[in-house]
Amino acid sequence: MATDACARGDTFPKLLIRNAAVRGDRPAIRHKDLGIWQTWTWREVLEEVRAFALGLDRLGLARGQTLAIIGNNRPRLYWSMAAAQALGAVPVPIYADSVAEEMAYVLEHAEVAVAVVQDQEQVDKLLSIFHRLPRLTCVIYDEPRGLREYDHSRLKAFAAVQQIGRERLAKESDAAAFWDQAVAAGSGSDLAIILYTSGTTGQPKGVMLTHENVIVSAANGNAFDQLGETEEVIAYLPLAWVGDHIFSYAQSYTAGFCVNCPESPETVVEDRREIGTTYAFAPPRIYENLLTLTMVRMEDASRLKRGMFHFFVDHARRWGEKILNREPVPWHARLLYALGDVLVYAPLKNRFGLSRIRVAYTAGEAIGPEIFRFYRSLGINLKQLYGQTEASVYITAQPDGEIHADTVGKPNLDVEVKIAETGEVLFRSPGVFAGYYKDPAKTAEVKTPDGWVRTGDAGFFDPNSGHLKIIDRAKDVGRLNDGTLFAPKYIENKLKFYPNIKEAVAFGDKRDFVCALLNIDLTAVGSWAERHNVVYGSYQELAGHPLVYDMIERHVAAVNRSLAEEGVMAGAQIRRFLILHKELDADDGELTRTMKVRRGLIAERYAPLVRALYDGAKEADIATEVTFEDGRKGTIAARVSIRDMALVPAPAPAMEKAA
Amino acid sequence: MRPRSDADAAATDVLLSVEGVTLTFGGVTAINDVSFDIRKGEIRAIIGPNGAGKTSMLNVINGFYTPQRGRLTFKGEARTKMRPYEAARGGIARTFQNVALFKGMSALDNIMTGRSLKMRRGLFWQLLRHGPAMTEEIGHRRKVEEIIDFLEIAHIRRVQVGRLPYGLQKRVELGRALAMEPDLLLLDEPMAGMNLEEKEDMSRFIIDVNQEFGTTIALIEHDMGVVMDLSDRVVVLDYGRKIADGTPDRVKNNQAVIDAYLGVAH
Repeated sequence: MATDACARGDTFPKLLIRNAAVRGDRPAIRHKDLGIWQTWTWREVLEEVRAFALGLDRLGLARGQTLAIIGNNRPRLYWSMAAAQALGAVPVPIYADSVAEEMAYVLEHAEVAVAVVQDQEQVDKLLSIFHRLPRLTCVIYDEPRGLREYDHSRLKAFAAVQQIGRERLAKESDAAAFWDQAVAAGSGSDLAIILYTSGTTGQPKGVMLTHENVIVSAANGNAFDQLGETEEVIAYLPLAWVGDHIFSYAQSYTAGFCVNCPESPETVVEDRREIGTTYAFAPPRIYENLLTLTMVRMEDASRLKRGMFHFFVDHARRWGEKILNREPVPWHARLLYALGDVLVYAPLKNRFGLSRIRVAYTAGEAIGPEIFRFYRSLGINLKQLYGQTEASVYITAQPDGEIHADTVGKPNLDVEVKIAETGEVLFRSPGVFAGYYKDPAKTAEVKTPDGWVRTGDAGFFDPNSGHLKIIDRAKDVGRLNDGTLFAPKYIENKLKFYPNIKEAVAFGDKRDFVCALLNIDLTAVGSWAERHNVVYGSYQELAGHPLVYDMIERHVAAVNRSLAEEGVMAGAQIRRFLILHKELDADDGELTRTMKVRRGLIAERYAPLVRALYDGAKEADIATEVTFEDGRKGTIAARVSIRDMALVPAPAPAMEKAA
Repeated sequence: MRPRSDADAAATDVLLSVEGVTLTFGGVTAINDVSFDIRKGEIRAIIGPNGAGKTSMLNVINGFYTPQRGRLTFKGEARTKMRPYEAARGGIARTFQNVALFKGMSALDNIMTGRSLKMRRGLFWQLLRHGPAMTEEIGHRRKVEEIIDFLEIAHIRRVQVGRLPYGLQKRVELGRALAMEPDLLLLDEPMAGMNLEEKEDMSRFIIDVNQEFGTTIALIEHDMGVVMDLSDRVVVLDYGRKIADGTPDRVKNNQAVIDAYLGVAH
């Protein structure tokens, strides 16, 4: 499959010409403008791209130079990529919401010669840093609004550049031949794109991908999910993100399907519904938002509708996934599911814009299993994928019918994956990046001489399913004193998937066993207490209540069972835990503003508790300083009890049944 | 920012002139012998402390009030008495201090109502929804979609106006006024009750309307920063009288204006 794709077109401009010849009248890209979907066929796109490329050539964009692309998902910005590639120049998409200062770094580092931007907002940003970018000769804008009175010496309208190209085609006899030659001169090993990764630490790095990297990965992705020219996708994720580049550009060019650009970032949900996408890709938060929105709306619905919704959603939760996975299901459950489909599931999917969905991916971070199962139970083929910019996205993905909420799937076509001694995941594939732009030292750090790439993530292969599981960033993974792998975030996430547990902090690195500090969720546990006649006067009292401890202990036991099933993690079961008397709070510096636990600081502040966890005490006294909402400080003292947990033996198929 | 060309605008470019206008309600004199003009293509601000007669002035301009004395000349034609719908037909559109939209209708439908004066076909054809009326409606819809795009409200196109936050309602109202393709746009406190970000957005839309469509704008506003940034010329009213008129810089340093705002014994 992969080599096939190359034979037919080893660069994107060649693929464009092929698509115009093979499926010239099929839609290639749509954009909703003035409330109406405008469509361009592959033949029309070829014409647009060619006109723009010839204009860019006249403006002096040369082979090997770079062209920045800044803006939302608009057809013209996608065309700029192909036009630059046709001339042998390299497109560099930049996050449109970056401030001018961040853009300046990338523009400078990538030595950008021409920038294609969406509108006045981006033009203003570039003009404010123009003096620092001597290499930048021309800024081309898509939307002319508000720019009429600007100095146009270094500013050009997209249409005006295309006009130059069209005039060349009309007047110069060799313009068409020049285009053909320029495209023919490109080869698969040429640089196709530089994608700057928004590094969490330090300056962003420019990941260089060749045409071959991107095309082979995209074609393998198409083959993996049998994507053809009839797919419809909606492009709304940042152009500078490798995901969008693969899904909205590379896969469209290789498979020949149509990409739909929404009217504006705010209209995506409605636009998706109008299009009825068949293939989708989104980070977990998008699915979470959709679900939250629905739940909130359901609360406002009439009692009948609400009752119907909950009844059928519960039924789907029980049987939906089994039906989707083609497992044996009794006929009456099937019948009720079919009824639910008419009454609830189909309208709901229509709301989500997922009525016609064949394949939907979530990636980027862990998705809550409840949310994941909710979508699957409705019959939506939501799957998980694990990828990186350095891999041209695809490392692993879940094949149809092999879906687990907590794995990221099997290695993709042509991808090899191995786990290093340290637990780090390494991969090797045709999509492996050429290197970091102008940074051979960093490249050497990540890429081994024999072509393996370090992901920086720790993971393991699940012995039951053969799927990869990602547990944490490799640098956060520690070891117990007996050498067992200890991935704090992995354990904490498992605990936090229970609504009753709000926060969890696991300890274990360089210790004998794993212990955890837990926070209860006041809303969830509060309503549980009401239902179970548990009387309490304060958060502290509720947190210390023996019945609450009993309930949380059951959750911890379930987490231990699930850890035990996972071989590698079996040794990292939670031996002892306690429930904190106060909520971890960003105001007290215990959480970051983005609600991540500050492990080090918590270990220090709650040192007496941590000590007690490891010295075997049954309870411990603690006094902590707290900051009240109005800024006053105070102290909370408490005696916190500690529970011991029974460990589950590692291979425990019997236990699962017992549970 | 764009170059200001107000100072050298020729007198022939006057779109509306107000001469010696006096408006009284019983014994109360709301406007007392006020004269000023609005030039084609400019942004003209009318400012003044509370009760200075600003909104009354706008109401006189769009024909809601008929002044007892004085003369208005709009597009070279003098008029003494005019009804609001005649003013609208003549090319004057406005927005209101308190948003005045059809709350139960969508943003799109509200803006479409701004086109009603431009409908050529009668009720019969419009009810039929076929033939010439359909063609015409498509043309109007296109114009309205351009305005929706311009004001960046595509995402609320189908949302009932009553459910929208205040800042967006103001924007829809501006859209309805724009749908009339007016020669003169009257804005009564377009930024009232907005936060800083919404004010900045609104300012940008006002400047863009002025630049892209060439619409002449007269606005009342309390936020001095906004007035000084936006307007080409400012007229200042106090107790129904004009106390200053000129560029923002000149007005800002005028002693009478400073007194009126800081409060001086009269």
